[in-house]
Amino acid sequence: MLPLVVIALLTLATAAVAMALRNLIHSALLLIGSWGGIAAFYLWAGAEFVAFAQVLVYVGAISMVVLFAVLLTRRSRTDIALAPDSVGRAFAAIVTGGAVVGVLAGAILSSPLGAGTVAGNAPAISVRDLGLQLMGSHAAALLVVGGLLTVALLGAVVIASADRAEKEDDRS
Amino acid sequence: MTWPGLSLFSLPLAAANPADSFLERAPLLLRDLLTGALPDPWRWLANSLIAIVATVVVFASLFAVMTLAERKVLGRMQNRPGPNRTGPFGVLQPLADGIKMLTKEDIVPRSADQVLHLLAPITLLAFSILTLAVIPYGRNLVGLDLDASVLYFFAAGAATELSVFMAGWASRNKYALLAAMRALAQLISYELPLLLAVVPVVMLASSLRFTEIVAAQGSWAWGFFPQWFVFTPWGFAGFLLFFTASFAEANRAPFDLPEAESELIAGHLTEYSGFKYALFFMAEYFGMFALSGVAVTLFLGGWNAPLPFLTMVPSYVWFALKLFPLLFFFIWVRATFPRLRMDQLTRFAWKFLVPLALINLGTAAFWSLTTGWSGPLQLVRWAIAVTLVVGPFVVMGRRLSAGVRPRQYRYA
Repeated sequence: MLPLVVIALLTLATAAVAMALRNLIHSALLLIGSWGGIAAFYLWAGAEFVAFAQVLVYVGAISMVVLFAVLLTRRSRTDIALAPDSVGRAFAAIVTGGAVVGVLAGAILSSPLGAGTVAGNAPAISVRDLGLQLMGSHAAALLVVGGLLTVALLGAVVIASADRAEKEDDRS
Repeated sequence: MTWPGLSLFSLPLAAANPADSFLERAPLLLRDLLTGALPDPWRWLANSLIAIVATVVVFASLFAVMTLAERKVLGRMQNRPGPNRTGPFGVLQPLADGIKMLTKEDIVPRSADQVLHLLAPITLLAFSILTLAVIPYGRNLVGLDLDASVLYFFAAGAATELSVFMAGWASRNKYALLAAMRALAQLISYELPLLLAVVPVVMLASSLRFTEIVAAQGSWAWGFFPQWFVFTPWGFAGFLLFFTASFAEANRAPFDLPEAESELIAGHLTEYSGFKYALFFMAEYFGMFALSGVAVTLFLGGWNAPLPFLTMVPSYVWFALKLFPLLFFFIWVRATFPRLRMDQLTRFAWKFLVPLALINLGTAAFWSLTTGWSGPLQLVRWAIAVTLVVGPFVVMGRRLSAGVRPRQYRYA
């Protein structure tokens, strides 16, 4: 139980400090540490594949995107500390966060707990089984996620190209 | 002490197979000689420690040899002798470099982010060492035989660019910050072809475990032709794609834009001195060793011998014999190619490597669907696969270099 407590405390502490800090880069790096903590939790729970995927996707890729966004949107070093923009924005953030918490809480409350918690009772699922499951019964979900990511990528391209057009207007 | 579900820490210990030759078993026998008397959980701990220490020591000494070899080979290629003052033929040069690095002053800029500045080289080296854990160096020599070891390797490797960013940002230096942004852009561009080049191997070996991928390449067709993946059309293309992208992953020339000394002084290394600078260098070489080792494992048959009767030579010797030419190739390319421009770098990745890797995925799928073809159909299979590999390469290469001619010199 001790490893779980340590992992949970580290994950929550880094996330909390990330929210409290004014320096965006520090917050981003702490957030990445928090994602690493979640990966450590998966490892503790015996889900190796999910843990490595978590590190690969979050610590490896999403962190890059976050840092890139910070570096590209802040004009100078002093600008890196960020104040809340407006009341409306803060309200929207709280509503979105609350919705996510609600969905997650619903999922957690409706899942049967205590079934696999007995030591030695955990089912050993190999990567092969996982792959067959993903490609078989959950193929539709996989395709939907793929489509969602493609749309997000296209949206990013559109936003980036709109930015450039604006800048060229400024210059002329 | 057992943790339920924590399969990572309850892996079975590799035991020497008495059928192997003595040299093959020698490392395990030596280990058991040292730890055999210990009770079970302590023995596991001691064995793991020995594995970690052995891996780090072997690769640290290889790093020392490699720095000397790089300087010697580069010197030879540039028509100069290279280091030749310290000891006979300069063989003591790594030692001298080490003493120099340890005794040099360690300077941290006053305005730097002190914590991140210190943390960056440490995390970089730590993650580079983590990648070395899963590579099978021999029949019995694999530090960590995970079910998803391919994924583990890339997960640990992905975190190294984060350290480069930390180093660049923490230095409070415009060149270092530019290097950090370049490092991020380079990672995003080249991680994709690197991973896409590996997917066909995982598909054909139907396993994410390095040891099983090696075992899948462990037979010989007609008794002499090794079944290494590099000797198939998709494997050959995959090997070239992987190796090209690994130059960018390892921050080596011609893709060493984050530390381009002619444009950015030394990029993220500008504000580092003394031992921290040495740590960066060590991590770069460790990354190079790890990527070359994975290229050997995935495409060049791992520790398998090229011919059946050569299996009497221990497997780890074969691994080394395949690893060294790849490392030499890294030096050779550094001496040959000029550095790319940033836009050329990203264009090369997105417009050439990524599409080729995607097409290669299709080629591998075709190859795996037609394993049943035999006789003359085998020739058809090879012809189609080779066309699928060479055709797109030629067409896209032409398109990418359209309008680019060799530089013309006019003499007045």
